[in-house]
Amino acid sequence: QVALLDIDICGPSIPKMMGLEGEQVHQSGSGWSPVYIEENLGVMSVGFLLSSPDDAVIWRGPKKNGLIKQFLRDVDWGEIDYLIVDTPPGTSDEHLSVVQYLSAAHIDGAVIITTPQEVSLQDVRKEINFCHKVKLPIIGVVENMSGFICPKCKNESQIFPPTTGGAEKMCQNLNVSLLGKVPLDPQIGKSCDKGQSFLSEAPESPATTSYRNIIQRIQEYCDQHRFQEEKII
Amino acid sequence: ERSNLAGVRHILLVLSGKGGVGKSTISTQLALSLRHSGKKVGILDVDLCGPSIPSMFRVQDNDVHQCDSGWVPVFVDQDKSISLMSIGFLLEKPDDAVVWRGPKKNALIKQFVADVAWGDLDFLIVDTPPGTSDEHISTVEALRPYKPLGAILVTTPQAVSVGDVRRELTFCKKTGLRVLGIVENMSGFVCPHCSECTNIFSKGGGEELAKHAGVPFLGSIPLDPQLSQSLEEGRDFIQEFPKSSAFPALTHIAQQVLDGTLQRSS
Repeated sequence: QVALLDIDICGPSIPKMMGLEGEQVHQSGSGWSPVYIEENLGVMSVGFLLSSPDDAVIWRGPKKNGLIKQFLRDVDWGEIDYLIVDTPPGTSDEHLSVVQYLSAAHIDGAVIITTPQEVSLQDVRKEINFCHKVKLPIIGVVENMSGFICPKCKNESQIFPPTTGGAEKMCQNLNVSLLGKVPLDPQIGKSCDKGQSFLSEAPESPATTSYRNIIQRIQEYCDQHRFQEEKII
Repeated sequence: ERSNLAGVRHILLVLSGKGGVGKSTISTQLALSLRHSGKKVGILDVDLCGPSIPSMFRVQDNDVHQCDSGWVPVFVDQDKSISLMSIGFLLEKPDDAVVWRGPKKNALIKQFVADVAWGDLDFLIVDTPPGTSDEHISTVEALRPYKPLGAILVTTPQAVSVGDVRRELTFCKKTGLRVLGIVENMSGFVCPHCSECTNIFSKGGGEELAKHAGVPFLGSIPLDPQLSQSLEEGRDFIQEFPKSSAFPALTHIAQQVLDGTLQRSS
């Protein structure tokens, strides 16, 4: 049973990517109902509260924090195995608030996404430091947009060059796990735009294999975590 | 007392609703192109959490000094035709995270707008983080008395990116910020081995959005590994790679900005 919570208040992409654009949130006696794609996958995003795709959420930090609190407190998720929280870039209000509000619930950890170039790694090192600062465990790092194989000649190009060793080197230096590398595949963007599952649409893609391996490693981490917690209890 | 922005002829903002689309890249290349047209350019980097501008000019290890009128911006070379201000210069260590809530960010942005001694500039380019929040509201408010020329909005071609940039357009409308146009970045990739073009991030979304919103379309920039490499090394792409695939589109954007300002003054 999976819940996906989108706390990117200014740029909520999850509804479109899940094929849920135009859906609205319903209230019940027990709170806000998430929007379900499948029986076992529910989604919440500010996108569902906006009436037009042109609506801008021009809010300062405190108002954003208020909505995030509501999302965590008032959404009737039911019993779930995984709550996945998608965040905007940065180390600011949204990130501080979600860690704070979830502190009692015990977060398993964070998955950090980067692309291979130093310009990206530069910011991701800060994100890693943020996690250390707020005592958020790091499950690992994913290197996205990692190489492109030309569909015609099959040669590989490093469109976003790992000039300083990419995520691999950074992870070694900072002692965090590299969960995997995902290559560029035009089908990924297409599936997201259409709101369809890339993993189902392109099962043979090397990117699908990468995603699945990464997901497995995340599950293994969480299983190990749960086991350790139960031992303590 | 003369304001620090009194000598700045034109102010323009680079915005996007979406992260990772290339705002800092466009800001950097625009500055370099304008410099090559003989202009003096400043870049104000108000991305406090992820300041990319200093390293794109290879001056990330520089310090900022004070003078009587405030902070002295960092010049990228002896030429002194491009100057920068960024929180990147104020960090003790480059990996230090700026974990600030809105009010603290707003305070620094106000200082950045008022207290940098730019001197005389033809253009001040303001590079922003993605979104429509504290940084954006504060920057637009602080710049309002100086009547910015307007904003360039950057998107990649896919619908997911365009979806966020539509909201950024609304932000501009609501805050009275003129939209100079939309740039579609990462628009196609030509394989250097066989010249096959692949639309990795789809194609056309930026141009369609411009048409739909009734704003100028400033052009499509292809994915160009030489551009990425130049940014990694802090090199002057416009000077060193005039034959590279992104060069024509980037210089065309600068030309449209120059043409636009000429129209404005007449």
